[in-house]
Amino acid sequence: MVETALVDWSRLQFAMTAGYHWLFVPLTLGLAVIMAVMETIYVVKGDEFWKQTAKFWMKLFGINFAVGIATGIILEFEFGTNFSNYSWFVGDIFGAPLAIEGILAFFMEATFFAVMFFGWEKVSKRTHLVATWLTGIGAAISAIWILVANSWMQHPVGMEFNPDTVRHEMVDFWALVLNPVAISKFFHSVFSGWMTGSIFAIGISCWYLIKKREVRFALASIRVAAIVGIVGTFAVMLSGDSSAVHVAEYQPMKLAAAEGLENGGQRAPFSIVPGVEVPGVLSVLATHDINGYVPGINNLLNGYTTPQGEVVPSAEEKIERGRLAIEAFGDYRKLSGSDPAAAAEARKVLDENVEYFGYGYIDSKQELVPPVWLVYWAFRVMIGLGGALLLLMCVVLWAEYKKSLASMTWLQWAALLSIPLVYVAGQAGWIVAEVGRQPWVIEGLLPVKAAVSSVSVAAVQTTFFIFVAIFTLFLAIELRILINAIKKGPEIENY
Amino acid sequence: MITYIFLQQYWWFLISLLGGLLVFLLFVQGGNALIFLAGKSEQERELIINSTGRKWELTFTTLVTFGGAFFASFPLFYSTSFGGAYWVWMLILVTFVFQAVSYEFQGKVGNLLGRNTFRVFLTLNGCLAPLLIGTAVGTFFTGSQFVVDKAAVGNIAAPVISRWANGWHGLEAVAEPFNVGFGMMVMALSITLGALYLINNIDNDKLASELRRSLLVSFVGFLLMLVFVLFKLLTMDGFAVDANGIIVMEKYKYLHNFLQMPVVLAMLLVGAVLLVVGVALTAWRKNFKRGIWLAAPGTVMAVMAIFMIAGYNNTAYYPSINDLQSSLTLANSCSSEFTLRTMSIVSLIIPFVVAYIAYFWRQMDRKSLTTEELNTSDKY
Ligand code: HEM
Repeated sequence: MVETALVDWSRLQFAMTAGYHWLFVPLTLGLAVIMAVMETIYVVKGDEFWKQTAKFWMKLFGINFAVGIATGIILEFEFGTNFSNYSWFVGDIFGAPLAIEGILAFFMEATFFAVMFFGWEKVSKRTHLVATWLTGIGAAISAIWILVANSWMQHPVGMEFNPDTVRHEMVDFWALVLNPVAISKFFHSVFSGWMTGSIFAIGISCWYLIKKREVRFALASIRVAAIVGIVGTFAVMLSGDSSAVHVAEYQPMKLAAAEGLENGGQRAPFSIVPGVEVPGVLSVLATHDINGYVPGINNLLNGYTTPQGEVVPSAEEKIERGRLAIEAFGDYRKLSGSDPAAAAEARKVLDENVEYFGYGYIDSKQELVPPVWLVYWAFRVMIGLGGALLLLMCVVLWAEYKKSLASMTWLQWAALLSIPLVYVAGQAGWIVAEVGRQPWVIEGLLPVKAAVSSVSVAAVQTTFFIFVAIFTLFLAIELRILINAIKKGPEIENY
Repeated sequence: MITYIFLQQYWWFLISLLGGLLVFLLFVQGGNALIFLAGKSEQERELIINSTGRKWELTFTTLVTFGGAFFASFPLFYSTSFGGAYWVWMLILVTFVFQAVSYEFQGKVGNLLGRNTFRVFLTLNGCLAPLLIGTAVGTFFTGSQFVVDKAAVGNIAAPVISRWANGWHGLEAVAEPFNVGFGMMVMALSITLGALYLINNIDNDKLASELRRSLLVSFVGFLLMLVFVLFKLLTMDGFAVDANGIIVMEKYKYLHNFLQMPVVLAMLLVGAVLLVVGVALTAWRKNFKRGIWLAAPGTVMAVMAIFMIAGYNNTAYYPSINDLQSSLTLANSCSSEFTLRTMSIVSLIIPFVVAYIAYFWRQMDRKSLTTEELNTSDKY
């Protein structure tokens, strides 16, 4: 028996590691762009001021980068240590993007990070600038591949189940890479990183304004960051919009949970908060058509027919067909040595039902509903903060354009206090994406409980608490070092 | 004609190559093991840390890529070993996690634990990581206790394919002297490489003479362990795969592998000679600093030979002593032909990656590191 506690702790450990990792990564993605823009201005204008400005943000980047790497390596290996069944069952597909990420992106980051930090006097100005850009581009390339991997779990494509090797095998690499889900997710995540970097830089710069220190540096940083951030936010919204359409299409249960939608239909309403609904808007969001049909949780469990006449089976039927598939798989394995004809028969049943293979592990249909309130609220927090932060950045940029930002203390405080909010938005986004797809580790193919390694609950609890302690310690140290570095300020004379 | 078998062999070659590069790059760890031993003054310690600190991400990335490449090409190893020898891998990861932050944190104001604590973390990772990785690789020859049953997927209540057959989850590997000897050999080698690298990379006479001493001590240790490991390896029974894919024990299997694959034997010997010459020249000629550039290719070749002995010539590279037929071979643990083929195309980019790394390595290291440089420009 796979114990429920083992499944829960394995999940918790992964979620915790991923959550920590995503505290550090978005800042890497965003600051990389901001400091590269600053260094570009330095190279174009030749003004030492911009060099020192870029260098200050690089220093903060470096402190943060190290912790991102530390949490990242754990994530990569946790697929093997805690989800070993998963690693075999879909390793044929899933391993590839991880390996490509290493070869293509990590070496690029590693090489150019060192040039960026220690190469000021060793390589030419232009080479250095290229190295700075390549560090950031490396980070973005790494995001492509890991999100290709993640998107495949959300919407598996380009593979076939092979009962002889007992795994899904890749049959179409490009389907994997060009998965529409991956494309939206890539832009959504990377640009949410731009937002993070921008809010971070704006907030800290505003702290200098509050302290009436480093004013030229702060205002210059704000100008760059606000522009990067506003561009980023529009891109986040566009890509979020297409993400929502994909979710509606490929993971309707996630969308129903995110909306708390019990019973769906056409002209489905969008819930702003419980009790306040705007009719038709969910249909527009999910299908880009006000008459679009959006199934609710009950429709998904009980089965439904779309207005186009497509019949979607009920959860019970899916579970039953999943059981058939698993049974046929067992028969096939048993018979394939002794009785080829019977094996071929079993294979036929398997192929007919393989689409629902994962449902065979599900005990009751209630398991198929993710925790609604968490996904619902996380979705609202993410979108709400997106709007609020966009507004903030626009006001800040406007005020700076009008030359009045330096005297608007309330706005400076608002910006400073927004720093945690952008992190909350990002975490909320991942909660929507990952909690929303429960119980699946791979949508429809493999539930989490069939994916875990066979280790003791106590072992996973032990490593969980060890990692919590380590990461929390690192986070605390990082924050202290950052605060010290910020208090010390950039090394710019006479500004 | 590129067959499925060829692709499996090619990917084992790449795994061997990554393994070889990883062990060479463990000079970072070996160097860090010497922070307190060879670095007598604050300046010297700072030099060591800043010297390995400009390379550590390459080692780290190679480790991650080694994991990723293994996952992509031999996923059954990834799932069986990582999920089974749980504690060993977790320990390795934890030491690397501490290392990853320590460079950045150790010299900074506000680091909570104080500079020396982080340097101790670096030293600990410096010793433990090679030791543990080496011990884990030792089990490629001595075997582990696990059962693989792919049909378990049909069991709805307990669909787990790979199970470890004891509660130690990998820690039992230390009960086997060969594994520990292997680990100590890798550790001594990494310190040797670390010393060679630092001698080359840092311009400081006092530190260099300390490093030469460490070099000799670690190299003697390495040779002792090497003799022990090779003796064991060449006399032990090995895990052979017969024509039907059945695993059988074969006397002197690894000796046979060397003899039946003379190229691999040659790689081991040439590698060893390069290593010895690199160390000897550095130890006896005061002005000779390039030992690392002999030892580096030597290490890569020798380590590759060891991996090839484990996987080529019909050998089970990750044997199970609990259930012989569960042992992993290249053929039963690899990815599908399509995936291996696709990844092989991706692998063509590796030389390009190596080339730009080498190019920027040279750009950055044209001048050796000095205390003056640390005082005037950016450092950890
Ligand atoms: C403003 C409108 C926004 C919309 C319409 C939107 C939409 C979405 C949707 C539908 C998902 C789930 C995708 C999936 O499950 O596959 C998602 C995930 C996510 N969101 Fe948002 N989002 C918005 C704003 C934001 C903001 C402001 C942030 C952070 C600064 C953010 C960060 C994330 C992250 C990190 C994820 C997880 C990664 C992913 O699935 O792409 N989002 N978003």
